[in-house]
Amino acid sequence: MSTPFYVSPQQAMADRAEYARKGIARGRSVVVLQYTDGIVFVAENPSRALHKVSEIYDRIAFAAVGKYNEFENLRIGGVRYADLRGYTYDRDDVTARGLANVYAQTLGTIFSSVGEKPYEVELIVAEVGAAPEDDQIYRLPHDGSIVDEHGAVAVGGNSDQIGSYLDQRHRDGMTLAEALALAVESLARDSNGNSERQLTAEQLEVAVLDRTRPQQRKFKRILGRQLSRLLETESAATTKTDEPSDDDEE
Amino acid sequence: MEANTRKPGHLPAAFLTPGSSSFLDFLGEHSPELLPGNRTLPAVKGAIELPHGTTIVAAVFDSGVVLAGDRRATMGNVIAQRDIEKVFPADEFSAVGIAGTAGLAVEMVKLFQLELEHYEKIEGATLSLEGKANRLSTMIRGNLGMALQGLAVVPLFAGYDTDRARGRIFSYDVTGGRSEELGFASTGSGSVFARGALKKLYRKDLTEQQTVTAVVQALYDAADDDSATGGPDMTRRIFPVVTVITEDGYRRYADSDVASIARSVLDGRLEFPDGPRAEVL
Repeated sequence: MSTPFYVSPQQAMADRAEYARKGIARGRSVVVLQYTDGIVFVAENPSRALHKVSEIYDRIAFAAVGKYNEFENLRIGGVRYADLRGYTYDRDDVTARGLANVYAQTLGTIFSSVGEKPYEVELIVAEVGAAPEDDQIYRLPHDGSIVDEHGAVAVGGNSDQIGSYLDQRHRDGMTLAEALALAVESLARDSNGNSERQLTAEQLEVAVLDRTRPQQRKFKRILGRQLSRLLETESAATTKTDEPSDDDEE
Repeated sequence: MEANTRKPGHLPAAFLTPGSSSFLDFLGEHSPELLPGNRTLPAVKGAIELPHGTTIVAAVFDSGVVLAGDRRATMGNVIAQRDIEKVFPADEFSAVGIAGTAGLAVEMVKLFQLELEHYEKIEGATLSLEGKANRLSTMIRGNLGMALQGLAVVPLFAGYDTDRARGRIFSYDVTGGRSEELGFASTGSGSVFARGALKKLYRKDLTEQQTVTAVVQALYDAADDDSATGGPDMTRRIFPVVTVITEDGYRRYADSDVASIARSVLDGRLEFPDGPRAEVL
């Protein structure tokens, strides 16, 4: 019988964290921003069928980066958890905090169990409240920790840079078009901080949790023409403010 | 994911197992005790008296379908509830109206709504109208044991078929047998009278407003001849629930709108208690 190599627990955990982080960093980022009427999710995702952002429950949505099969599994688990809970108790008893806790426990167990490979995913669970101060955004890294976020948050490859870019520019009370423009701007920057890429509506997956929606289910995808129109209105507005002299001449 | 099954606060293994998009199937595997059809009933002698919901009527018009129900629940000869609601939205483009044991029926509707919503969230697409109608069939069939003991639930399902661009109605029997109805349909104890009324009033070319009026007339006739069906209650201001599903989705008529229709129906009845008269030939 061969003696197994001794690996210190610190080293083992650091290796696992490194493995998960590398997997996550390979994917494109997702950003989540609060705006005056709710929360907007923006992902760079050319696929129309494989979503990075999805609905979990009436006021709760889910965004993820990393390995598709792993976060898809967690998403389905979350939908089942929420629907079962809402059916056993009441629809109001399904909360983002409860869901984030369950996700954290699940991710944490997988991360620290030696028999399994750690999940290469990072999740965001957000719940829209009756007012902006009631909104909740939780970020769940691969190791099972929970970070309570406010304003704007980014996950995925290059998330540190995008995150700090967003933090500097995001403010309370933005309109949807403004928040969307900021999100697209932040996603279009490459790892050197240059913004030479142009993201079109076809490359973006956009969804909102809109508190003003009359239906019980506040989640809504923004697709096709509506998305292009929103992107256009904002870029038109910025060019106008950039060149005020033109307006003066008219 | 073995480790998860033992610890509290985690997603149990069943939650993370890839598989069906059906909430019913998931419930059946994970918590079968929550499925209404899975309960074993003690043997009971004779009939037990439970609140029963009564008449539901549906009719198709040019651009959609109307589904409406009266507001009475009866328990033997007692009126158990005057303002019960028996017509519910199933999802954005369909609605379900229920007759039979009220408690079970309301639970079944709740589960049916969840089934459609769950599928939509997991799959990212909605079921076809036929698919929805078939799911409801399965749920009623699951209730057959209880139905044979006197706890039957018989719904009427109506929806707008976005593929075929028209409203459609499905009726059921206690075994889950499903049949599509053309034009109009009714279920519940007053259904015979409502159907008789609609036979004389219904035409394919009625507008939405006229179809709604015809349906309210039919409910009035059902209440006229069936003691378990409630007519419009002017003193308490309780009126039938009227819902319409069109291309734009599900919409419930405001009580004030139904009230004015009910009032005009009632005014007509003051002159002719048996309602509008049809040609003999």
